[in-house]
Amino acid sequence: MTTVTKPKSRFARFWDSDFAYNFRRSPVAMVSFAIVAILVISSMFAPLFATMNPFNPANLDLLNGFTPPGTPNDFTGERFLMGTDDQGRDVYSTILYGMRVSLFVGFAAVMLGMVIGVTMGLISGYFGGWTDTIIMRVADVQLTFPSILVAMLIFGVAKGFTPVEYRDQLAIWVLILAIGLSDWVQFARVVRGATLVERNKEYVQAARLMGRGAFPILFRHILPNVLSPVLVIATISLALAIIAEATLSFLGVGAPSTQPSLGTLIRIGQGYLFSGEWWILFFPSVTLLALALSVNMLGDWLRDALNPKLR
Amino acid sequence: MKDMTNAEPLLEIKGLEKKFDLDRGFLETLKLRGGKITRETRAVHAVNNVSLDVHRGEALCVVGESGCGKSTVARLVAGLLTPTKGEIHYDGQRIDNLSRHAMRPLRKKIQMIFQNPYASLNPRMTILEALEEPVRHHNPEFSGSDVRDRVAEVMKSVGVDPAWAKRYPHEFSGGQRQRIAIARALTVDPEFIVADEPISALDVSIQAQVLNLMLEAKENRGLTYLFITHDLSVVEHFGTRVVVLYLGSICEVADTRTLFSSPKHPYTRALLSAVPQLKDDRPNHIRLKGEIPTPINLPQGCPFKSRCAFANSRCDEEKPKAIRQPDGSLVACHAVEEDRITPQV
Repeated sequence: MTTVTKPKSRFARFWDSDFAYNFRRSPVAMVSFAIVAILVISSMFAPLFATMNPFNPANLDLLNGFTPPGTPNDFTGERFLMGTDDQGRDVYSTILYGMRVSLFVGFAAVMLGMVIGVTMGLISGYFGGWTDTIIMRVADVQLTFPSILVAMLIFGVAKGFTPVEYRDQLAIWVLILAIGLSDWVQFARVVRGATLVERNKEYVQAARLMGRGAFPILFRHILPNVLSPVLVIATISLALAIIAEATLSFLGVGAPSTQPSLGTLIRIGQGYLFSGEWWILFFPSVTLLALALSVNMLGDWLRDALNPKLR
Repeated sequence: MKDMTNAEPLLEIKGLEKKFDLDRGFLETLKLRGGKITRETRAVHAVNNVSLDVHRGEALCVVGESGCGKSTVARLVAGLLTPTKGEIHYDGQRIDNLSRHAMRPLRKKIQMIFQNPYASLNPRMTILEALEEPVRHHNPEFSGSDVRDRVAEVMKSVGVDPAWAKRYPHEFSGGQRQRIAIARALTVDPEFIVADEPISALDVSIQAQVLNLMLEAKENRGLTYLFITHDLSVVEHFGTRVVVLYLGSICEVADTRTLFSSPKHPYTRALLSAVPQLKDDRPNHIRLKGEIPTPINLPQGCPFKSRCAFANSRCDEEKPKAIRQPDGSLVACHAVEEDRITPQV
């Protein structure tokens, strides 16, 4: 009874946990995790992996334009893994740089949506009454509109308020705001439901008896206990946010051409699809597909892994 | 005992009532009656006109079957619920209408122990964090080592090794968790503890240990308990006085010994006869007929009349008042008052 076993290291404990075991048993999870890891790391360290910085005009040679993938260029003899676009930019490098923007916008938008949604959900579930009614009705109204429409609305309004000379610089932040504000609802709903369960548990009442105020109780006691569904939704909405960003950029209202995301690259590429330069469109699209699909699969697996009923 | 009852009570409950509304929202209260739309609200009458005194140093037990309002009384006293009517006074000060801020010094004095040790500790906090939180909250002037010393001292006193402090609640058994929950209540040095069925979720072998721990804490720290239970053998062991509740109303208040030797209210008699005996070869249980009535539509008159063998027309009309008996107990029963009850066989 009195012997105290030495605690195992954090990593060893994690490796032995049900969660890690579940991960090791699931090929889908491992493959999607590998793809996501490769894509995230290569885009984070894009300057290391790219053959050139495609957005520095000094690096570009117009003679290299429209080089098909793998074949040497007629004039310069240079080879490009995924070919080049009209200005001689290496498509492989543009994808790495573009994915950087996509991932950044995706992550930041999910973070924003999560912070707003979780806070709203906690407040709504804990206080109940009128506060709850107002927050949830606002959420319901927002749900009746497709989120891409809400994002376009916010994007358009925000763009109207920014001075013309800053528009390109601020475009990314406006994009984050638009996507973030369009997906807080699911976080709020899930967190509200979990909070309704937790707030009647006795540890919360014990904290109230201690004389703790509502906000310390919400963030210290309830929040850590409602986080696991939030993690699942965050992963799945990361895939959705990346697609939403690509959609907006494809429609021409998202990331500017000076700072292109995967969506912008696809928009540029689709202009050449029927003139034979398929690779300008094809590779960014496949990358977007792989990224969104594997993030989604990972989220799906996470939902099952964290669901005690499916163990 | 006698001289204590004359002293100023530590906790005084006067005419306490709690109703829970069943219909939430305006639309649910609208009813169609006889072609007219009327507004009516239904409510669960959990506690009806309960008056009690708890004296310093005693362990007042509240007993009754499930749904009789025991836990509601505990929650009202602890301040988790606000009463619909009535007053609660603690040490001469009215506490049921205080704001959270004004309540703060009293939070140190009144603590609560909950029924379910599996839900009363935050699963994401180590027990050290759980125990340090109240100390820090109520003693902001304490240094880190003061807090640690206090927590270690309390952990030792409840029989939990302070070396386990870095562990999470799920690593402990139910009995250990209940000890930790008791420790959490004791960290702020309270003088009054509301215990809401603190041992009913535990194994019988652990129940005695936890009960003795609570008795020990009572001796060493001079605690006063309001102890909610449905287990009469626990009452006999633990309580100094007993309150019998039925359907949110008090039936009988008596010293433990008086209650067990000469129960007066017909309901108390039925309860006591239901305690299993070792030599149970000639069972003489008083069988109560019928079900406990719903607390939504409380019957007029005595709440117990539908199941009482001694009920007459007066019981249908008039709700009995608690009347002091020669041996000091309070009994709310017309039959006892009129001496209609045949002596117990």
